[in-house]
Amino acid sequence: MSAPILQVRDLQVTFHTPNGPLIAVRGTDLDVHPGEMVGVVGESGSGKSVSFLAAMGLLPKSATVAGSVLLDGHQLVGASAKELRSIRGRLMSMIFQDPLSALNPVHRIGAQISEMLRAHSKMSERAARSRAVELLEIVGIPQPGDRSLQYPHEFSGGMRQRVVIAMAIANSPKVLIADEPTTALDVTVQAQILEVIQRVQAQFGTAVVLITHDLGVVARVCERVNVMYAGRIVERASVNDIFEAPTHPYTRGLLASLPQAGVERLVPITGFPPNMLRLPAGCAFRARCAEAIAECEHGVPELRAVGAAQSACIRAVELMQPR
Amino acid sequence: MTRKESNPQIGASPASGALLSVRGLVKQFRMKAVRGKGGRKRLVQAVSDVSFDVAPGETLGLVGESGSGKTTVGRCVLRLIEPTAGQVSFEGVDLAQLSFEELRVVRRRMQIVFQDPYASLDPKMTVGASIAEPLVVQGVEGDHKEKVVSLLELVGLSPDHARRFPHEFSGGQRQRIGVARALALDPALIVLDEPVSALDVSIQAGVVNLFNDLQSRLGMSYIFIAHDLSVVRHTADRVAVMYLGKIMEIGDAETVYEHPTHPYTKALLSAVPLPNPRLERSRNRIMLEGDVPSPVNPPSGCRFRTRCWKATDLCAMQEPVLTIRAHGQLSACHHPEG
Repeated sequence: MSAPILQVRDLQVTFHTPNGPLIAVRGTDLDVHPGEMVGVVGESGSGKSVSFLAAMGLLPKSATVAGSVLLDGHQLVGASAKELRSIRGRLMSMIFQDPLSALNPVHRIGAQISEMLRAHSKMSERAARSRAVELLEIVGIPQPGDRSLQYPHEFSGGMRQRVVIAMAIANSPKVLIADEPTTALDVTVQAQILEVIQRVQAQFGTAVVLITHDLGVVARVCERVNVMYAGRIVERASVNDIFEAPTHPYTRGLLASLPQAGVERLVPITGFPPNMLRLPAGCAFRARCAEAIAECEHGVPELRAVGAAQSACIRAVELMQPR
Repeated sequence: MTRKESNPQIGASPASGALLSVRGLVKQFRMKAVRGKGGRKRLVQAVSDVSFDVAPGETLGLVGESGSGKTTVGRCVLRLIEPTAGQVSFEGVDLAQLSFEELRVVRRRMQIVFQDPYASLDPKMTVGASIAEPLVVQGVEGDHKEKVVSLLELVGLSPDHARRFPHEFSGGQRQRIGVARALALDPALIVLDEPVSALDVSIQAGVVNLFNDLQSRLGMSYIFIAHDLSVVRHTADRVAVMYLGKIMEIGDAETVYEHPTHPYTKALLSAVPLPNPRLERSRNRIMLEGDVPSPVNPPSGCRFRTRCWKATDLCAMQEPVLTIRAHGQLSACHHPEG
C-alpha cells in the first residue's frame, strides 16, 4: 500500500468544561491512503466528528488538541491560523450534515465556488466562473450555467449538498472529510449523494473519510472501517471483515442491534455510553460488555492485530475461536 | 381482517372489525402569501385522499420521504390537527361527529409518542408527575403513585425514577418515559411518530423491542410512522408507502418488501443501504433522479411520474387508483412491477 496521505497519531482532544476536563478523543491513530474511502463509525459522543474537526483546526480555542496530524507532510496540530487557511480547501476539505450552514445565503452559488478557487490559486475571475460551472456539472447539477447564478435558498437539500461538494473539491484536495453528509437527506437523495462522492473519489483520486452512524452507508461505499467508542478506535478492519467477522464486542453489539430482514428479535447493547467526564479505569466498554473479565479493568486496551483486522479487545483472539 | 375489507376502493363505510378506519382523508394547509409571487395565499395539500384501516392488535407502518404526509396523517387520526375532509372512525365512532367533551373521552384510547424525547417532557416536572399527568387531566380516580410505579416497570425503568427529572435521563430512557405516559390511560391505539429516529442504534434496538413486547402483552395497535424502512419492516404487520400526500402501495409488510409493485416502493427499497457489504455491492440499484417535487404544486396524474422511469402520457393525464395485485397488496400505478 502507498504511503498514507493523512496520518493521525495519538490524537487527543480535551474540552474544558465547568465540570472539569472532558477528554473527547483519547489517543486516536489513523492512516488514510491516497484515493481510498475510509469509514469512521460510532454513536453520539464517540469522538468521530471531533477527531476530524481537530485535524482541520476547526475546534474552538477552548479545546486542547495534542498529538500529531500529518497531511501530505504538513503538521496540522499546532499550525498557525494562516497555515491552516492555506491547507483547508486546498489539500483537505470537509463537508457537513447541514449544507446550508456551509453556504452564504446572500451570494450566488457560482460566486461562492469561484471565491473558493481564487482563494488558493491565481485564477482570473472569468476562468474561476467557468470552472465553477464545470464543477457544478461534475456533481450532477442540471443546467449548471443558470444554476450558478442562483442563491442557496433556491436549491433543495440534495442539490445544496451537491453544491457544497463542488466547493469542497474545487481545488482538487487530496482528502475530503465527509461528516454525516447524507444524514439530513431522504433515502432516495442519499443514494444520489453517495454516488456523487464515489464519483469524485474515482475521478479525482480524492481520499474520502466518511464519518457516519449508519452502518448501511458504510457497507455500501467504504473499503476500510474504523469503529469508535468513547473517544478511541476500538476496531479497524476491511468492510467485509467488520460485518462478517467483527472482533470487538462493541462492533458485534452494534450489528446485533440493527433491524435486518429475517432477524426476529433485536439484541440491544445493555447500559449506556459512559460519562466522558468520569471514565472508568480500563476498557471503556467493559460495563456494557457481556465478555468482560477482571483484566479488562487493567489499562486501556490498545489496538492489536487480530488476523487482518485490529481490535482493542484483550479477549479478541480468544473470542474469535468457535465455542 | 381480510385484504378485501382493507381495500379503500370498496369501503366507504368502515370495515367491520377495524379499530381505526380512515376514509378519504384530506388535509390542506394554507401558506402565508409570499410577496412578489402574486401575493396569493397558496394551499398545500399535505394529505390527499388517504384511506386505510388498522385492526386491533396490529401495527401499520407509514413510510415515506419528507413531504409524504405521513406525520400529518398521524396527527389527523388523533385530531391534533383538524382534517380538511374525510372520515376517521375509531372503535366504530366517527370522530368528526363528536363534541369536544366526547372527543376527550375517546382520546383516552388513542395516544401518541413523538420523535424527540427531549422536547416532549416538561423539564420542570418530575418523571412521576409527567407520567401521571394524563390520569389527572382525564380525571381518573385512584392511586396514581401505584399506577406510575407499574408503568415505569412496564417500560423497563425503576420505580425510584419517578422522583427524578427528565435531564437526568438518556435519550433512550426519556423515550421510555414518553411511552409510559402514553400507556397511562390504557390506549387501544398508539401513534408512534418517528419514535426511534433520534436514538443511537444500540439504544434504538431496546426501544423497538419494548414496543413489540408491550404489544404482545397489552394488545394495542400501533401506527408506526418512520422514514427508516428497516425499522418499519421489523415492527409492522402491514405497511403503507406514501409519496406527496398519497398512498402509493399498501399491504402486508413482508409482501410489500419482498414483492413491491409500485415503482416508487421499488426505488425506495433499493435506495436503503443494507448493513451487508457483499449484498450492497452486488444488488441492482434504481437511482431516482431529482428530489421530491413541492407539495404546493404536485404533478398532474400520478404524483410520482416526474421521477418514474416507466412514466407514459397516461400517467400525466390520469391518476392511477389503488388496485389489488397478485400478491394481495394494493398499489396505485398504471405500469405496476411484477
